[in-house]
Amino acid sequence: MTTASVQPPEPDLERFDRVERTVHWATAALFFTVMFTGAALYAGPISALVGRRELVRTVHVVAGLALPIPLLVGLLGGWGHNLRADLGRINRWIPDDRVWLRRRTRDRARLAKFNAGQKLNATFLGAAIVLMLGTGIIMRWFEPFPLSWRTGATFVHDWVALGVWIAVIGHIAFAIRDPEALSSMQRGRISARWARTKRPRWFEDMTGNPAEPPKTPR
Amino acid sequence: MDNNEERGSPVGRRVFLGLIGLGAVGVATGSAVQGWLERTVAPIIGRDPTGLLSLLPIGRFRIYTVTGGLPERRRADYRLQVRGLVDEPLDLSFAELTSMPVTRVARDFQCVTGWRVPDVQWAGVRLRDLLDRAGVQSDASAVRFVSFDGAYAESLTLEQARRDDVLVAYELEGQPLSSQHGGPARLYVAPMYGYKSCKWLREIELTARVEPGYWEQRGYDVDAWVGRSNGRDDSAT
Repeated sequence: MTTASVQPPEPDLERFDRVERTVHWATAALFFTVMFTGAALYAGPISALVGRRELVRTVHVVAGLALPIPLLVGLLGGWGHNLRADLGRINRWIPDDRVWLRRRTRDRARLAKFNAGQKLNATFLGAAIVLMLGTGIIMRWFEPFPLSWRTGATFVHDWVALGVWIAVIGHIAFAIRDPEALSSMQRGRISARWARTKRPRWFEDMTGNPAEPPKTPR
Repeated sequence: MDNNEERGSPVGRRVFLGLIGLGAVGVATGSAVQGWLERTVAPIIGRDPTGLLSLLPIGRFRIYTVTGGLPERRRADYRLQVRGLVDEPLDLSFAELTSMPVTRVARDFQCVTGWRVPDVQWAGVRLRDLLDRAGVQSDASAVRFVSFDGAYAESLTLEQARRDDVLVAYELEGQPLSSQHGGPARLYVAPMYGYKSCKWLREIELTARVEPGYWEQRGYDVDAWVGRSNGRDDSAT
């Protein structure tokens, strides 16, 4: 184009590729399954409503055993390049993540692809998958384990379940408050404007262009 | 990876491994911690007027059913039969059952899966009184209990069944026994794990020998003394 006064529209950035989105939604579906069947096994009024305890338990156990599979398939396959890169990003904390964690200094943080809350949420839920799988196996196949382990496993399973409910509800609440970020988990792409303002370091790494300086609080 | 995050420190890995380690410690010590919580925190939860704290996994009943839906029967329709090796079979209505002398027992309720509810108050008819009323024949040595859920059954030796702390219970915490707790009436065997306390009790049959119950056919111990069976060491109830 020749008109110098019109800025060419900035292309959207790819935030999550097809593999990452598939892993996310498959894991989400399995999490919902274990959470609701788990609630039905745990809470009296829901147990009473649902009944069919043996069936609910079977669904809970099968979904729980399947829970790590999407993530492992995504990470281990040749298709998992972006997923592995994001796992590395979730692992690594930069000084700005700590700046962001403090509410008072949050506006000053220049973030990379994920904020500290997203990193903590992903880390906790990843650990929860391992913990729930391990303790669940002890609860379901208790014979070979020492006597007290079954109670101990039930204890850990119960409290981590409470944490999972809080983390998942929080995750969904934050997603609903940022519809653009939520839709990028469905369609993959996100606007350059979102990336520039909310994740400036990621924008710079993706485009090679400088992001705007962070806004001063009004 | 992004240049920006290459220099970051691996906090994620540390948190992840720390949580796994904490979980392993929890499995090893959870039995003691759970016992401590149920002695110290459960009474506070019992006094919470909102009832929200009762969602916490401390000192609470878990409702187990083995069939589809919750077995329900109105008190007016309820019947309890005592049959088998007895002189005079009984077929009691709920009113006839509750007109018998009442016995109250307050003890901890312990499940074989680990949870324990402290100081639960039960009221009902002593099983021994029912057996005496029907007249146990000399060739009987065991008692079988059948639930009206259509699947569950349990049994005791005659000696166990004649204990003071074995009831056909119809009240829990001063309230009529609800369906989810096994009402209108259930067996309550105070010194044994909860699976012995057959819910939705329909039939008491005197038999020549002990027949393993629902969970016992699936691996649980037939003599289910709390702390002395199923490989567990809970303190006795």
